[in-house]
Amino acid sequence: MEEDVETRKINSSFLRDHSYATEADIISTVEFNHTGELLATGDKGGRVVIFQREQESKNQPHRRGEYNVYSTFQSHEPEFDYLKSLEIEEKINKIRWLPQQNAAYFLLSTNDKTVKLWKVSERDKRPEGYNLKDEDGRLRDPSMITSLRVPVLRPMDLMVEATPRRVFANAHTYHINSISVNSDYETYMSADDLRINLWNFEITNQSFNIVDIKPANMEELTEVITAAEFHPHHCNTFVYSSSKGTIRLCDMRTSALCDRHAKFFEEPEDPSNRSFFSEIISSISDVKFSHSGRYIMTRDYLTVKVWDLNMENRPIETYQVHDYLRSKLCSLYENDCIFDKFECVWNGSDSVIMTGSYNNFFRMFDRNTKRDVTLEASRENSKPRAVLKPRKVCVGGKRRKDEISVDSLDFSKKILHTAWHPSENIIAVAATNNLYIFQDKVN
Amino acid sequence: MPVETQEERGETASPVGEIQLLRWSLLSWEPLPLSGASLRSHDSWTCSLLVPECRLWDPVHVFLTPVVPQWPFYNLDTMFMRGLKRKCFDGEEDIEGTLAGIKAIPSYNLQRQSLLDMSLVKLQLCHMLVEPNLCRSVLIANTVRQIQEEMTQDGTWQMINMQNTGQASVDRLVSTDILCRSSREQAEGKHVPGYSTFSKDFEGDQAQDSSETMSTASSVQALRNLQSNVWEMENSQENKGNFQKSLDQIFETLENKSPNSVEDLFSEVDNSYYDLDTMLTGMMSNTKMGHCDGLEPFPSPTTTTSSSNCKSDLNELDHIVEILVES
Repeated sequence: MEEDVETRKINSSFLRDHSYATEADIISTVEFNHTGELLATGDKGGRVVIFQREQESKNQPHRRGEYNVYSTFQSHEPEFDYLKSLEIEEKINKIRWLPQQNAAYFLLSTNDKTVKLWKVSERDKRPEGYNLKDEDGRLRDPSMITSLRVPVLRPMDLMVEATPRRVFANAHTYHINSISVNSDYETYMSADDLRINLWNFEITNQSFNIVDIKPANMEELTEVITAAEFHPHHCNTFVYSSSKGTIRLCDMRTSALCDRHAKFFEEPEDPSNRSFFSEIISSISDVKFSHSGRYIMTRDYLTVKVWDLNMENRPIETYQVHDYLRSKLCSLYENDCIFDKFECVWNGSDSVIMTGSYNNFFRMFDRNTKRDVTLEASRENSKPRAVLKPRKVCVGGKRRKDEISVDSLDFSKKILHTAWHPSENIIAVAATNNLYIFQDKVN
Repeated sequence: MPVETQEERGETASPVGEIQLLRWSLLSWEPLPLSGASLRSHDSWTCSLLVPECRLWDPVHVFLTPVVPQWPFYNLDTMFMRGLKRKCFDGEEDIEGTLAGIKAIPSYNLQRQSLLDMSLVKLQLCHMLVEPNLCRSVLIANTVRQIQEEMTQDGTWQMINMQNTGQASVDRLVSTDILCRSSREQAEGKHVPGYSTFSKDFEGDQAQDSSETMSTASSVQALRNLQSNVWEMENSQENKGNFQKSLDQIFETLENKSPNSVEDLFSEVDNSYYDLDTMLTGMMSNTKMGHCDGLEPFPSPTTTTSSSNCKSDLNELDHIVEILVES
């Protein structure tokens, strides 16, 4: 990987120095909407913050479409399950946008137990000139009204309001890990550790259970569902991944309960790499269909794999994300880092895939050229308008300048959530409680 | 490699394929904190028990620097990967001294045993207020099963033989109360006293059952404690009282069960618990880093056991997993 990338810097530092890191601000999900105009983030405190891209102006062509805060609202509140004496976290696990059908935006946000449909709409006009109310809202005495007038709409400051339109609750015994909007735009599914439910957007008090892997005897439980997604074009097809490193593709036309898969994707284990941690690192943390619908990408602890839907016995591509951690698995098991769930994303054309790592590193893999790059999302090493420098981790032996040794990686700084604009080269990277938005440089 | 991109030459945006020429400008935002947003009042981060105040700590540094936590399995990865060498660190003469009784070379069995112990600790450590992560529990339980299966096949399943008849003294059984400490206590370095333990060597079959009942009752009770709201420090007398209550509950539920299931449910004390207990005792009573006087030597790996004991241990593990996942 050649590294003579230019590092042109523009001297406009506006970085704020926020050294506090409240836990509620930890970003737990990032998602662009279907046009890329909006970017939604959810955090551990149950809040959703939506960023909107500025319209490009001819005056400043180099400030091409920055993202500014558009709306902030509290999506979920902490709840208490009195039966089990357990708290239900308000942390937003996933946000999924619905395609835009009118002036308002709709998104689904979920915590461990409840999915909510939010409507985000703008209000930039307000009616003035009521007959029965005066401008302050106080009722007027009807006997004092001498003439009638027609209220007119006058412009006001833009106000963005978010209202919960549907609440889909009480359908999951276990923790929801995924939601996915179907391509029919009428249904969506929510997946927890053992079950997947199919919902209709209009009906909140019922859901269909389409997958149930709960064993009759919980002592025999050895596998859980880790992620699920609908096919982008076929509304009857979805996939779900498991903690044993397998992916199942199901067709809802075959039966009401899709316990029997249509396709089963599993790579045979490499006996030379076998250890006590083999199963844990094979657990899939994220599964994503490509935009074309032909491929699926899965992320396990050390690798990203691309599978062709037509070939079940092995992936067509495997990319090592941070193989230097293979010798550290026991330490990572001890401090629970081995259970971190990294996500992965496709770019708009399905030619590049991206995923996160530790030390605020994230990795991109070009599927065509087979080149990869490691970049870092950190304030210390980046200034606005500065070009990101590729990073390298050295595994041992001589450490070159600018390389980082494995032992000095910061495992508390992990990039679990990233998002890629659907059509442009703009990415959003969540590093703990900071959101970084990168775009490729245009002169 | 071309120096200019197509962009520089005034052409259209470069294809994504040319990753090495992609340049990124940084526009950084942070989510604006809402006024009045409530912060969580309790601590719920993943935390290793044995490193106090370890909020988002750097494990690799801790393991590889002379400042080492009480956990005796320093440099676990080296042990596991190389198997035969043991690195010596500065400032760890104490550890070396106390471990002089064991073999200087950690054997595969030892590594496996330490991994098993660590996994069992993880299974029992739960967040108090929030439900434990089912995926994580299942993965750890599978790891434990895998180790135990391998140990069964090797015939090295380690059991302390507690069949000393007539011994009425109280043996020490690890209560999960001890293993789960609130982070506050951890920070203060308090030593939670009193594991209540019961010997399984009461005379008579009924007594045998009752002792086994109590040993499992302790774990059931402790697991129930894990889900209680308030974490209380229990002294040993309180423990005994609680055990008595849970003992009654257990007896009630078991009245209708067949003897076979009773046998399956209550198994002999697992040696690994015992080891964990002694090691943790040593660690918790020492507040200074690097001070491992309390550590007892690792158990001899040559203790043999019968296969039936192994099976009952597996069943006990299943029982614990069942309780965990059904909660």
